[in-house]
Amino acid sequence: MNNTQTERGPTIPRDMMLEMQRRMLRIRLFEERASKMVRRGQIPGTLHTSVGQEAQVVGACMALRPQDNIAGNHRSHGHPIGKGAKLGPLMAELVGKATGVCRGKGGSLHLADASIGSLGESGITGSSIPIAVGAAFSAQILGEDRVALSFFGDGAANQGVLYEAMNLASAWRLPVIFLCENNQYALSTPAHTVTGGRIWKRAAGFGMAGVLVEDGQDVIAVHDAVHEAVECARRGDGPTLIEVMTYRFREHAEGLRLAVDYRDAEEREHWLNRDPIKLFRETLIQKQIADAAALDGLEAEVAQEVEDAVKFTDESPYPEPGVAFEDLYTDTYELERAS
Amino acid sequence: MTVMTYIGAIGAAQREAMQADPRVVIIGEDVEANVYGTTGAGKARAEKGDFLQEFGRNRIRNTPISEEAIVGAAIGAAMTGLRPIVDLSYSSFLYMAMDQFVNQAAKNRYMFGGQNSIPVVFRSAMFYGLSTGAHHSDRPYPMFMNVPGLKIVAPASPSDAKGLLRTAVDSNDPVLIFETCLLWGLKEEVDEEEYRIPFGVARVRREGSDVTIVAIAGAVPLALTAAEALAADGISAEVIDPRTLVPLDKDTIVESVRRTGRLVVVDPAHRSCGVAAEISAIVAEEAFGSLKAPIVRVTSPDMQIPFSPSLEAQIYPTAEKIKAAVKSVCASRASEASSNISRS
Ligand SMILES: Cc1ncc(C[n+]2csc(CCOP(=O)(O)OP(=O)(O)O)c2C)c(N)n1
Ligand SMILES: [Mg+2]
Repeated sequence: MNNTQTERGPTIPRDMMLEMQRRMLRIRLFEERASKMVRRGQIPGTLHTSVGQEAQVVGACMALRPQDNIAGNHRSHGHPIGKGAKLGPLMAELVGKATGVCRGKGGSLHLADASIGSLGESGITGSSIPIAVGAAFSAQILGEDRVALSFFGDGAANQGVLYEAMNLASAWRLPVIFLCENNQYALSTPAHTVTGGRIWKRAAGFGMAGVLVEDGQDVIAVHDAVHEAVECARRGDGPTLIEVMTYRFREHAEGLRLAVDYRDAEEREHWLNRDPIKLFRETLIQKQIADAAALDGLEAEVAQEVEDAVKFTDESPYPEPGVAFEDLYTDTYELERAS
Repeated sequence: MTVMTYIGAIGAAQREAMQADPRVVIIGEDVEANVYGTTGAGKARAEKGDFLQEFGRNRIRNTPISEEAIVGAAIGAAMTGLRPIVDLSYSSFLYMAMDQFVNQAAKNRYMFGGQNSIPVVFRSAMFYGLSTGAHHSDRPYPMFMNVPGLKIVAPASPSDAKGLLRTAVDSNDPVLIFETCLLWGLKEEVDEEEYRIPFGVARVRREGSDVTIVAIAGAVPLALTAAEALAADGISAEVIDPRTLVPLDKDTIVESVRRTGRLVVVDPAHRSCGVAAEISAIVAEEAFGSLKAPIVRVTSPDMQIPFSPSLEAQIYPTAEKIKAAVKSVCASRASEASSNISRS
């Protein structure tokens, strides 16, 4: 029953397809583990998962090269994982350990792994969009073969900064991709109740390409759409706005319990049946890229990676108190000021 | 050495910085046509020294009126290899990009654990005192001082404007420079060679022994005028210009007050939670024992800026107000003397 999965030629190598599945599994298992740790009180603060949206995340990230930049939002564990980040320092960050990617100062909401090209995720929705545009600007001016991709939600798509950023990027033909992860809700608010027209169509008003990926549960479909936009950006033909339709399987944030059930049971059921990892597993088997046993093996490998990340986290110390007073400025007078 | 105006010195520093480092770019509204006079030699495009001619559109570029996107893009560009100078023209327009200043520029390096640096300069001019009304007369540096992670510069002379801007461009942290439009025509001997003025080092503009006047930005020339007049009345006033508000050279201020025993702080910005309040608090904490009189602040009141010149003029500090404030703190010399007598 995978007839909705894109029929595609052999342009995506087998290894890459398997890597897609591996990275989707990494996100799923990493985040399921993290949510368990939230429930056990091992992870403090707020945590938003991309469970259900893995195809959209991985399809986009794997259309990028290592030197390309990404900027994310509050729901951004998947983005660095999708781009190949190590799990240990990410998990350690969620717990607030010294070995975390941000030395325990960012947490889930402000994760950034610069080693994979991340410009950081923003706890303020929409706020990182112009940052990605700036990375594209520097690539253009410095003549570097680099593009930038900005991830934001359907909620953020209604923030003014997006339109300033799109206009600037189009006017300057910057190598940037605006990727709207339309999971159909901004917290409890259904997108269609607060959104005039279709998001992807707004691109036309700025003289840039607008693309709709109707099936964001299909990793290949997402990859192909983003790949084309990336090629366009690299050629110097400017930005693209891509709207990817998807669904989050879990609550907006872990531990959030709303009295009002804002999502229809039937709708939920429909989307839960469109689990991107299960769908792609079927595709891989059907295309004889891997058999069930090999894919089980892959899942076991990833599960072990996640356990290793947790072990790394457990064995890591918490940061020394003085770390709270570092990294504000590049010079040293910061400590004197804070004291 | 050569005589330069304040605005000329800013233009000279920008040219030097552009010539010294190809990663330095200037973006902003109307910068290509040199509308604000800091990106060319004169007002005509053809004139020698035009930045667009010299550096090309990859190094200097007009932006749309999109402050949030411009500021954000400059931050992103700074995180990925450029060293942008953003000309935001009027300081009042900074509010349009408040989220980018506060949540991105100031926080990114910190919250990402020092993984990146953000070498970007945001220049803007404070047009107060020119009948530009409430939407164009802001002096907003105090609110940005309340945001850890930004460096705040407020030059009050041509030589400082040039040297501080070069240091700002060298800085690997975001720097906000607040220029004073009323000082644009102010002249001073300036070194045409490259030089930098370190942040966090105040400039003692006049030495004195009876009272310390700390003056901010556009208040500095007023304080110097007042000090001159006070000298004729037998009062020796020391005038200190902190030059950078973050970092702030506390030591020079505190040391001066320990010697003079009196402090007047002059600031064209609003009174509450302002630079003057901050400096007063520092001195109260660190040099209370040396004070011979209560600290006096001469600031703009917590009032919006009216349009009519007859209404606006009364709002800001003047040399007269500074003189009166100094006289009031020096008058307590007598009461102090009498209390010493009565105690003995
Ligand atoms: C500027 C701003 N406003 C409000 C919030 C609170 N908030 C956090 S996530 C969220 C919903 C965002 O929806 P969307 O952009 O669709 O992303 P999603 O959570 O669905 O991935 C809201 C309202 C915020 N973080 N920042
Ligand atoms: Mg959403």
